[in-house]
Amino acid sequence: MMTDKQVAIVRALQHGLPLCEEPFSEPAQIAGVDVDELLRQIELWKQDGTIRRFGAFLNHHRAGFKANAMGVWNVADDMVELFGRTAAQISAVSHCYERPRFEGFPYNVYTMIHGASRSECELVAKRISEATGVTDYKLLYTTTEFKKSSPTYFREENSPNLGDES
Amino acid sequence: MDEIDKNLLNAIQCDFPIVHRPYAVLGERFGLTEEETLTRVRGLVESGVIRRIGPSFDSRKLGYVSMLVAAKVPPDQLEDVARIVSSYPQVTHNYSRDHEYNLWFTLVCEGTDKLNRLLEEIKRSTGVRDMVCLPAKRVFKIKVDFELL
Repeated sequence: MMTDKQVAIVRALQHGLPLCEEPFSEPAQIAGVDVDELLRQIELWKQDGTIRRFGAFLNHHRAGFKANAMGVWNVADDMVELFGRTAAQISAVSHCYERPRFEGFPYNVYTMIHGASRSECELVAKRISEATGVTDYKLLYTTTEFKKSSPTYFREENSPNLGDES
Repeated sequence: MDEIDKNLLNAIQCDFPIVHRPYAVLGERFGLTEEETLTRVRGLVESGVIRRIGPSFDSRKLGYVSMLVAAKVPPDQLEDVARIVSSYPQVTHNYSRDHEYNLWFTLVCEGTDKLNRLLEEIKRSTGVRDMVCLPAKRVFKIKVDFELL
């Protein structure tokens, strides 16, 4: 369980640091801890995986990744582990999950593929297909990005919706 | 964006110094002053390349559950339904896709009960009944940093 102090630190950090010489001062003050304590907590959370990564998050469109495709794959149940590990090694694949199949949708593994263009995404999918022998797959392209935000944790009651929209 | 910007970006994506004056430490690595470094980073934020600088938390470690939901929305209602879905603060991603399941969104909630109640609420407010929950059974990769092209 999180202590009240840790909850306060999550709240103070989750929407990002201010751009200044000492960017940890303001969140420390908001959380009611001193900067050294804040830095120590961040390091501990990085070590135990509570913080997956601490750094800059990019707008992928602006950074040259114009296309993203959700690849969905129909993988034999006893092949999923091998398929997942193979797809995970490809750098253009950002996320790879096994999910349940459902009525009319036989696909059970999902790969998010990022590329400069649709044809680049297609090429990546073809490589995965060739490496794994799985040929029943589809690429679902984003037609409109309605929302892309980071979650807000430990939202205070009656607080406005402050997800960092982008 | 010049070479220094690119190197700087790659460095601060995964290795932002957790110290009192991170831009001084970064600057040292690239032969820049603290002020020059901060000016470059500010430029990258203002031009929209950088969305934010901070932590990415593992929601499960904070006691939260997340869910991918696929919805089959009548095409002529897609925009309206998408707007309603996006209005929930627990919805973090919401994309339309070229498939008969044409709206795909993710929810992050404090616990399974809250998540199920929220999904019922979303079905009610949108009038869309055909929503399929797709929990992650196994996670093979979550990558959040990208080498620049």
